[in-house]
Amino acid sequence: MERTEILGHFGQFGGRFVPEALIAALEELEAAHVAAKLDPDFQNELAELHRTYTGRPSIITEAKRFAQHAGNATILLKREDLNHTGSHKINNVLGQALLTKRMGKKRIIAETGAGQHGVASATAAALLGLECVVYMGEEDTKRQALNVARMKLLGASVVPVTTGSRTLKDAINEAMRDWVTNVESTHYLLGTVAGPHPFPTMVRDFHRIIGVEAREQVLNLMGRLPDAVLACVGGGSNAIGIFHPFIDDVGVRLIGLEAGGSGVETGKHAATIVGGSPGVLHGTRSYVLQDENGQTVESHSISAGLDYPGVGPEHAYLHEIGRAEYRAITDDQAMHAFALLSKTEGIIPAIETAHALAGALQVGNELGSEAILLINLSGRGDKDVKTAANYFGIPL
Amino acid sequence: MNKKLQAVFDQAKLENRAALIGYMPAGFPNLEFSKRIIAAMVDGGVDIVEVGFPYSDPVMDGAVIQQAAEIALQNKTSLQDVFEVVNSVDVPALVMTYWNPIERAGVANFVAGLAKSGGVGVITPDLTIEESAEWISATKENEIGRVYVVAPSSSDERLPKVVDACSGFVYAASLMGVTGARTAVSGAAQQLVERVRKHTNLPVAVGLGVSTREQAAQVAQYADGVIVGSAFIKLVLEAADEKDALERVKVLASELAQGVRGK
Repeated sequence: MERTEILGHFGQFGGRFVPEALIAALEELEAAHVAAKLDPDFQNELAELHRTYTGRPSIITEAKRFAQHAGNATILLKREDLNHTGSHKINNVLGQALLTKRMGKKRIIAETGAGQHGVASATAAALLGLECVVYMGEEDTKRQALNVARMKLLGASVVPVTTGSRTLKDAINEAMRDWVTNVESTHYLLGTVAGPHPFPTMVRDFHRIIGVEAREQVLNLMGRLPDAVLACVGGGSNAIGIFHPFIDDVGVRLIGLEAGGSGVETGKHAATIVGGSPGVLHGTRSYVLQDENGQTVESHSISAGLDYPGVGPEHAYLHEIGRAEYRAITDDQAMHAFALLSKTEGIIPAIETAHALAGALQVGNELGSEAILLINLSGRGDKDVKTAANYFGIPL
Repeated sequence: MNKKLQAVFDQAKLENRAALIGYMPAGFPNLEFSKRIIAAMVDGGVDIVEVGFPYSDPVMDGAVIQQAAEIALQNKTSLQDVFEVVNSVDVPALVMTYWNPIERAGVANFVAGLAKSGGVGVITPDLTIEESAEWISATKENEIGRVYVVAPSSSDERLPKVVDACSGFVYAASLMGVTGARTAVSGAAQQLVERVRKHTNLPVAVGLGVSTREQAAQVAQYADGVIVGSAFIKLVLEAADEKDALERVKVLASELAQGVRGK
């Protein structure tokens, strides 16, 4: 399939919409990323860290009891939840932290919603001796207090952001303001495949390892490719990581599950592709939740990590050309799948990831018992125990 | 190049001074009062007005303009409101806006609406030249000035390209950072203005961090325009009532007007 990826564009999406002050830093980053991609020393250093620190390759688990609720399809879970720090986020963070050192910078800043990217960033900063400041919406610091404590234990500063909706979108605004001001000394370690070029491409490249491993693992295990690959989509980093190596396998359906909140029809959701429209947010052209004046609309989701009114531009493109499909999963559907996986497989997933599992229940029932579904189990649910206990009425 | 805008800079040059450019978001603290504040700025000596289109995610703005934008958005300030404010201004008026509201309105539609309301240009702080093809062709047809922001970090290779895309004037960001008053104007500003002048005869205006008469006088020594925003907004936020706000804004404008005249 012909795909355009010129100057950071994915068809009409992507690009750079940023203050001129940041262009030099983005060009420096792009050059560092391109050079690192071609440098065997860099690739070896990253691979060694993944082997001895992240715990890669992550395993595949077949979810046989869960599958009984999913049309008896074969359900294969790519266990990114078993990575150090508990999610896929570490893949990107270690890559960018190594690039930070290569560029001679000593300070990283990061935004975080659920706290997973913040924890991963704080971890990489501790490992590589970098100063780390994490911006987090005040609302999210309350929802994810445990992760705030983890970041502080790891030596990072956490700055609660009190502007706007006090969630991930506003944390990104604040991180960008810090970056404009301190760009000489600081790398902005963006946690998803959004933002200005080269972030969508670079972050994807660091997460491709998920799909590269999984494709080979499924082939070895089943003797053929899966019928569908499923992943949750907020900004879309874990999804693009597992989708990308399958894009040329045209027989493999790629299905992204967005956060439908209370239901897309209620307006209280974070399903940017399903319920949004093309626009520019945080430096890139993609799908955006916005009103008729182009103002960003607040997103809603039980999952802090999916609670974002934008989405990576490559997803917008895959949607537009029809290569990937996107569906919305409501809070209730996600929590049902959350409980089901916990009780049938002994795996408590992140609530973000539970959206992908709810999608697997739908798609498994649609395709039936002959189908093979590969699901990116992007994160573990330890951080969500409080939210889940509240939801299910379990006293704490 | 827009003739009305050019005339202001020409006149200032004749008087051997810099032009004073004042920023105020439409709809802050409400639609009608934002027009009166701008009128007070003009009364006090502001030569050119930047009418801000309040935006939900103003990544280039500091706390003061963020607060004003939040208030203007609570008032549901719309594109039509922005044009209405532009139309009410007695001196040349530009719109300053992040890119998404223009894209949402449709580039041709936005430019036509602005031209109809008498606007002379648009300052686009997050539109890069690489993404500007449609914007350049639409603004050329309607004689709407394109003002891009250049920064101290703009490379020697890139600076002429950005300057070349400008018409109207060039906005030189005095420092690496967001909008808001600073105790001193960064030394990087003068150097940047000198670098810009090597590539263009367009007027060069300096913004970010200018808030006092002394700073205006200092910047006027090397720039063709001095841009002040947050300092005006802060006065409105702090004022006891509307009358107090109008008085304070007019006083600051007249002080800054003296500053750009080297007084």
